[in-house]
Amino acid sequence: MKILVPLSKVPDTTAKIAFTNNNTEFDTNNVQFIINPTDEWYALVRAIELVEKNGGSVTVINVGSAENDQFIRKALAIGANDAVRVDAQAKDAFFTASQIADYAKANAYDLVITGKETIDYNGAQIGGMIAEFMDAGYVGLVTRLDIEDGKVSLNREIEGGEEVVEASLPLVVSAQKGMAEQRIPNMRGIMQARTKPLNVIPANGTNAIVNIAAYHLPPTKSGCTYVDAENIGELVRLLHEEAKVI
Amino acid sequence: MSILVYIDQSNGAAKKASLEASFYGKTIAAAKGTEAIGVYLGEASEDIVRSLGNYGLSKVLHANDSMFNDFDSKAFTKAVAAAAEQVNASDIVVPFNQNGKQLGPRLSVKLNAGYVPGASSLPNDNGQLSKAVFSGKSYADYTVATDKAIIGLSANSIQAEKTDHEAAVEAFSSGVSAEDFATKILKKEVLEGEIPLTEAERVVSAGRGLKGPENWGMIEDLAKALTAATACSRPVSDIGWRPHHEHVGQTGVTVKPNLYIAVGISGAIQHLAGVNQSKVMVVINNDPEAPFFKAADYGIVGDAFEVIPKLLEEVNAFKQAN
Ligand SMILES: Cc1cc2nc3c(=O)[nH]c(=O)nc-3n(C[C@H](O)[C@H](O)[C@H](O)COP(=O)(O)OP(=O)(O)OC[C@H]3O[C@@H](n4cnc5c(N)ncnc54)[C@H](O)[C@@H]3O)c2cc1C
Ligand SMILES: Nc1ncnc2c1ncn2[C@@H]1O[C@H](COP(=O)(O)O)[C@@H](O)[C@H]1O
Repeated sequence: MKILVPLSKVPDTTAKIAFTNNNTEFDTNNVQFIINPTDEWYALVRAIELVEKNGGSVTVINVGSAENDQFIRKALAIGANDAVRVDAQAKDAFFTASQIADYAKANAYDLVITGKETIDYNGAQIGGMIAEFMDAGYVGLVTRLDIEDGKVSLNREIEGGEEVVEASLPLVVSAQKGMAEQRIPNMRGIMQARTKPLNVIPANGTNAIVNIAAYHLPPTKSGCTYVDAENIGELVRLLHEEAKVI
Repeated sequence: MSILVYIDQSNGAAKKASLEASFYGKTIAAAKGTEAIGVYLGEASEDIVRSLGNYGLSKVLHANDSMFNDFDSKAFTKAVAAAAEQVNASDIVVPFNQNGKQLGPRLSVKLNAGYVPGASSLPNDNGQLSKAVFSGKSYADYTVATDKAIIGLSANSIQAEKTDHEAAVEAFSSGVSAEDFATKILKKEVLEGEIPLTEAERVVSAGRGLKGPENWGMIEDLAKALTAATACSRPVSDIGWRPHHEHVGQTGVTVKPNLYIAVGISGAIQHLAGVNQSKVMVVINNDPEAPFFKAADYGIVGDAFEVIPKLLEEVNAFKQAN
């Protein structure tokens, strides 16, 4: 079985968010980047576990520039077999998904596992787009993924609960917490990663169809109004009369 | 031209997010001088479908077919795309909930239409849509370059106003057959009678400060009194004090209620990432230095075990009086 895991690079959770160029660009100065958490901890690790159990291979794919190679090498150190980088700026989700879907189709992948969403643009959309480009099934927000004799069984989060779903391959899923446990690369993995293949391929000619015109920081809060623990009726009054939320 | 609204349903009834999407669709339709039309896939009584007119839909295309009772992203995309074509939709509004997050991106590809995932505003004068980015630490204005647009509407972004207008119901043949389904739902586990966290207008959430699962009774009572959903911090679900679907934050659910009450939660940045879009936040913590107070609108420094029972009393007294 061939599994493809799309990886994105995102600012670390604790990064301070600022903009430049008249609020039209994200300011990357002093920003630490990481592999998007759900991609690394859940999608990648579950893909590796499935291959350890059923055989096959795990390819990681990223749409981005050469500075992303260090993150791709980390995924190889964790246990992916090989890697592909589509050498282009990820202009929008439609563009990015089109690149990944073309690669998946041309190389007959059975399963694509993305992360639930990136922690920078919070789109939760690339997996669904890949699936539609591939004309495959898609299940998002998956917390458990098992494969037995080519039949997929999974759990998916729904509002206030969970569903047990059966699906066939080829399939695209997006992974979230519960699917696997984070793995830390060991020395052997890091050494092996140096010689694992990382193929760089050109982008197809898809155009971006969505743009960001400007960014805004949220309005700063006026500060916390403290209510005395001995006078809790005052909180209820404020929530009703001032905040108007009850 | 028209605006199409995807009505996400569960057990023969439209979800609250679909009512918001209907009202949102009607509002943009009115600005464009056109109408908002719904598409309802799955079995439902005619009364239920007609009542979607209460939120501004002029008409609803209804595929009253048990095949659609359970969601499948591939088949539903085909059906909604067919509806979009039938009504010549310029915009398609989809709730940004668990099903909508699967449908929206697929429709974008199928219809070659730009998709804005998680819009939280009506279009501004330049037609741009605002959406939270960087896990709620910022907002961005999105523009769509295609003629058609797919709008994923974030929950609690608009207050749906109700009238007594009723929608015309039209039988819809989607052209979808059983072979178009790629998945099959074997089992559903949903807590009956509870307000789904992602749809709740009010949320009462608690963390490790509560010491153990046996102490959640007062949190549930307070939530009930406030018609709120309950939530928790990540360590609380990790140790199994509360179910996983209650865990909010970067690795859990993102919520956007009008009121978020955090009890015995320190306010780590990964927790805030899931709740910082709440309109009003109340923090109850016995440590005056807890970081959560920096993000709070209202705070009480005190022991949860004393504060919560008193707060419950005051809420009940308030409800009696109002
Ligand atoms: C990559 C990553 C992802 C993460 N994702 C998430 C996530 O999605 N969601 C999340 O919540 N966390 C997440 N975390 C964990 C997060 O960093 C915090 O550790 C966690 O939120 C702390 O939970 P807590 O506030 O319940 O517990 P604690 O930090 O232990 O805080 C307990 C609080 O209760 C207060 N308290 C104690 N006793 C009382 C009392 N009697 N009355 C009132 N107050 C009391 C204390 O003063 C303290 O502030 C993540 C961490 C990492 C590294
Ligand atoms: N530039 C990229 N290259 C490869 N995969 C990506 C890229 N951006 C996003 N993804 C994948 O798509 C998932 C969802 O991203 P998004 O739809 O942007 O929230 C991520 O968790 C990744 O698995």
